[in-house]
Amino acid sequence: MNNPDFWAMGGYAFYVWTSYGITFAVLLWNLISPVLQRKNLLRRLTVKQKRETS
Amino acid sequence: MAFFPASWTRFFHQTASPPYFYALASKLSPWLGGICLALLAAGLYGGLYLAPPDYQQGDSYRIIYVHVPAAWMSLFVYVLMAVMGGIALIWRMKLAEVMLISSAPIGAGFTFIALVTGSLWGKPMWGAWWVWDARLTSELILLFLYLGVISLYGAIEDKRNAARAVSILALVGVVNIPIIHYSVEWWNTLHQGPTVTKLDKPSIHISMLTPLLLMALAFKFYYALAVLQNAKLELLRRESGAQWVKNLLGAKT
Repeated sequence: MNNPDFWAMGGYAFYVWTSYGITFAVLLWNLISPVLQRKNLLRRLTVKQKRETS
Repeated sequence: MAFFPASWTRFFHQTASPPYFYALASKLSPWLGGICLALLAAGLYGGLYLAPPDYQQGDSYRIIYVHVPAAWMSLFVYVLMAVMGGIALIWRMKLAEVMLISSAPIGAGFTFIALVTGSLWGKPMWGAWWVWDARLTSELILLFLYLGVISLYGAIEDKRNAARAVSILALVGVVNIPIIHYSVEWWNTLHQGPTVTKLDKPSIHISMLTPLLLMALAFKFYYALAVLQNAKLELLRRESGAQWVKNLLGAKT
């Protein structure tokens, strides 16, 4: 992978690496976003429950 | 009554109950993530490093390893959504509604990836970012169907009614799927014909095919993992007042 030819992709570096970058950015976002939203919701529900029981 | 054995019916009822499903999803997630990462690593190494350059397209063809799996998944997820829509309409099964709406953003993501990487592949090979040919246009319509499902669900306040409306939209939109699949055969398009699904004699070498199949499998596991995260969120939102959620919050503190 230290080979510069690998990163050059035969002159198509821009097209190839942009494709892979966008792909993994979208996939990661679709995975992390629901997890963060759930954590947030759980936190709010916990606060609400504590307020109701006390 | 005797249509299914009693043990089957019990199995479905249990799996479809929100607290059981929530716990099951939490247990499955690390396994799905691990398998997905292993397949991704193998597929990327094979596709970007081991596979030789194409004799016509050089290294630009390596976009295939994200483009084709994403395009396959965009169709696969839509068909799953339509099946869930059918189940939700006929049996009023809550979990089917949840799985339908949880699939929509992931399917939209796959469709977006297929369109953008296709554009990035089209520019050096065809000389154009976009052409209005049948394959590209029908895939763009698929993106709009996904976005339609997401915004229709968001626009209706009562979530059971929203799920019913979205189920109908998902079922109607399924006519687009065979159109996308056969577009390269029915119309004379710039998009190349199938290279892999001619199973008797795929016109792609094994060293190029293996990473493609690994990536496709990795994307399947990714979908399973991501849809479960969305489903857990949607279940919590819908059932935030239910006893099992209260127990869950109690167990955390």
